[in-house]
Amino acid sequence: MQASITVSRDPSVQYLLRIGDTCLILAQRLAEWCGHAPIVEEDIALSNMALDLVGQARAVLTRAGRLEAERGGEPHDEDQLAFLRDERDFRNITLVELPRGDFAATMLRNLAIAIFLELLWQRLEASSDTELAGIAGKAVKEARYHREHAADWVVRLGDGTAESKARMVAALDWLWPYVAEIFEGDGVDEQAASDRMGPRWSDLRDEWRARFAEVIVEAGLALPAERPFRSTGKNGRHSEHLGYILAEMQHLQRAFPGGVW
Amino acid sequence: MSDAAVRNEWPLWEVFVRSKAGLDHKHCGSLHATDPQMAIQLARDVYTRRQEGTSIWVVRSDQITASDPGDKAAYFDPMADKVYRHPTFYELPKSLDHM
Repeated sequence: MQASITVSRDPSVQYLLRIGDTCLILAQRLAEWCGHAPIVEEDIALSNMALDLVGQARAVLTRAGRLEAERGGEPHDEDQLAFLRDERDFRNITLVELPRGDFAATMLRNLAIAIFLELLWQRLEASSDTELAGIAGKAVKEARYHREHAADWVVRLGDGTAESKARMVAALDWLWPYVAEIFEGDGVDEQAASDRMGPRWSDLRDEWRARFAEVIVEAGLALPAERPFRSTGKNGRHSEHLGYILAEMQHLQRAFPGGVW
Repeated sequence: MSDAAVRNEWPLWEVFVRSKAGLDHKHCGSLHATDPQMAIQLARDVYTRRQEGTSIWVVRSDQITASDPGDKAAYFDPMADKVYRHPTFYELPKSLDHM
């Protein structure tokens, strides 16, 4: 079996991995809808969005792998970073690795992530890292569409039938505790802010909350109370679900190193 | 379609896509959606994912009045022997390239 790579602990590399891995793992979850969405048009829409996120992940991971070398480490390409890292070296927020749930949960999670990514990409368009700024300029348009798509569904289901509302309430109750992690600050964020590479994610909290709450209220729902629980995926300590995603995603490259179509 | 039918099944929409500015919108297919906004979004995902479009129109299929297939012979066959209606019988100025 192909051995795992060791990834640089450089804070700027970690900052990029948090973005790239969040896109990559959410893409895996959305791709699970392929062939299973409630209508064929949504099937295509969700696959499109999964591919948008894979594209964003590829670009950001490529940049992260080059930055490793610039910071004196070993360079890695996007495939090595996606397929040859152990679970503890993934830096995605825990929210995106949770099971796909029902359609209500999928749309609510997409809304939370799309609002966040849209705010993040907007800030990253002014990144001191010109390659990252270029990636952001393209990705921000995709995030905007993902946000519109998810927001429409959240309102439609929350303000829909008794069944659809109950499912949206359940989804909000389930996913809400995992949102807080996104905006927890640490040294990785501080380094990115002082290098002007990108914003502290905690600086996006208020605007994220205002935009998310606007949709939730329009859907006739209410934000749940804050809880002390904090997930820790950004730091490599994941839920029990990520390992299964990686097993499926990585097993081919692990078994047949460098295998191509 | 009656309101009761709409409650049970999403209405059908015809989708028209304009491939680039200056060209006309062309019919490219149909889909089911609950409202115009959703129809536009789904059309975007289904019919423009390979850069086919710059603009989308959707219209409820039940709002379209179509000619009766039974009228086909009466409507269209009489044109078969009237070739003089084509402009090929006229000398065109050289500056007109695309008639």
